[in-house]
Amino acid sequence: MNYGKEFLKGLIQENPVLVSLLGMCPTLAVTTGAFNGIGMGLSTMFVLICSNIVISLLRRAIPQQVKLPCYIVIIASFVTLIQFLVHGFVPALYTSLGAFLELITVNCIILGRAEMFASKNNPIASALDGAGMGLGFTLALFLMGSIREIFGSGTWMGLSVPGMAGHTISLFVMPAGGFLTLGFVIAIVCAISNRKPPKKLGCAACPNAASCGAGCEEADA
Amino acid sequence: MASLFTVSPSPHIRGNLTTQKIMFLVILALCPAIAAATVLFGLRAMLLVVFCGGISVLTELICQKLMKKDITVSDGSALLTGVLLALNLPVTLPLWEAAIGCIFAVAVVKQLFGGLGCNFANPAITGRVFLLLSFAGDMTTWVKPFYYRSMGSGMLSSSAGIENLDAVTGATPLASGDADLLSLFVGNVGGSLGETSALALLVGGVFLLLIGVISYHAPVAYLGSLAVLELIYTLASGGELTAVPYALLSGGVILGAFFMATDYVTTPITGKGKLLFGIGCGLLTFVIREFASMPEGCSFSILLMNLLTPYIDRLTMTRPLGAKLVAKEESTNG
Repeated sequence: MNYGKEFLKGLIQENPVLVSLLGMCPTLAVTTGAFNGIGMGLSTMFVLICSNIVISLLRRAIPQQVKLPCYIVIIASFVTLIQFLVHGFVPALYTSLGAFLELITVNCIILGRAEMFASKNNPIASALDGAGMGLGFTLALFLMGSIREIFGSGTWMGLSVPGMAGHTISLFVMPAGGFLTLGFVIAIVCAISNRKPPKKLGCAACPNAASCGAGCEEADA
Repeated sequence: MASLFTVSPSPHIRGNLTTQKIMFLVILALCPAIAAATVLFGLRAMLLVVFCGGISVLTELICQKLMKKDITVSDGSALLTGVLLALNLPVTLPLWEAAIGCIFAVAVVKQLFGGLGCNFANPAITGRVFLLLSFAGDMTTWVKPFYYRSMGSGMLSSSAGIENLDAVTGATPLASGDADLLSLFVGNVGGSLGETSALALLVGGVFLLLIGVISYHAPVAYLGSLAVLELIYTLASGGELTAVPYALLSGGVILGAFFMATDYVTTPITGKGKLLFGIGCGLLTFVIREFASMPEGCSFSILLMNLLTPYIDRLTMTRPLGAKLVAKEESTNG
């Protein structure tokens, strides 16, 4: 197994936010500032790595029928842990993230990696996968937060940006600005990585393949 | 022999109105409003209109070059967007903010969605809403008409150049409610460039109606439904009946009803659909004005109805002559 590839794929190739469009709720809600973006990203990364390792270790012990509740229990334990840590050491971040810190439990990136990767691979690969995905998530949030903070509040990481005072566009820190920024960031990343939409989505790439039973393939044929 | 026949889908009869002609006729119809704005708010009003038009055309040109599309700036649609947006701005707005509004309207709302005919909402309205949300303070600074007489040479500069800005600004008549009806009709009140003079807007609007560029449905339904709702509200709350013409003449409803609720791209196709569109605009404007925190809801209501237009079109589709309504089960199975 190519461990380097497992780590790197989460950064750009399969970036959870910019390519898979997972975890939209924290992406749009907490990226009003670059610092919030980093805080949210790193917290999620911690939970993602830990839950991936534990789920990977227990992948033969967890019965198929109750795998989702088991995953959630594992993820929620780590979220509680990071919540206490952030509350204790970075109280400012704890206040500004609010309920979104606890909501990491239901972040679909974590559940998605547990289901797609950790339940099928060994702990080392799962940890690297979690680190890569978490770092990709953090980078995307940091980028979004930087853009929104610079244009919306005229500051970056709390420092005032020269030339932006009195020229801020407050739409950027509003919810509508979050959607706009996300759209532009996705477009730019697509343009840079020269990614074209797939001509035909096969069952291999389709997220609904398990539940649909290849119905669309037959309909197309 | 077969080559003599041209096979094409309907429509087969074409009028001689081109996109270009329509756009320039609408700009012509806006000229009275531009003239009134220049008289009321000074040369800076004219400067703002020309500036916004220029920036919009330039943005469209650059976008089409970058996207390697045909250059269609000569159809006048970008120019119209800029002029309409300028008429929705207060005269003191800094030029760079106006430029951002124009760039957003043309580049994001129009070109990114596929250019003229593919925009999901009216670019000028969206540009205005963008500016209103981004620069709430600058966008709601209304100077009194003829403020420039006391200023002399500094009148081409923005609000930064006006000393004692407080002395020349006031709330819009919509919020203050103290203007008399005649001032509202000729436009001798504070407000956006093109919204104050109902007289100038009506001249342009009636001109467009008479030459058939716009149909009466949306403006009549918009103004009519707003008037009826205001009448009911006034009667229910025991106010004076002059509140009804006051509501119609203040704010941007006349500009919106004649020049924005009649946009070809973003409003329904059929007459019935246009009526529905106008009634929806009137209802939303009324609700926003009387029950929401914003004093004016014209641009928001038209923007919301723009988004509903595809659904209205589906509801009011014209049935071909003799066709029967197909039952729902049959249409889904077939």
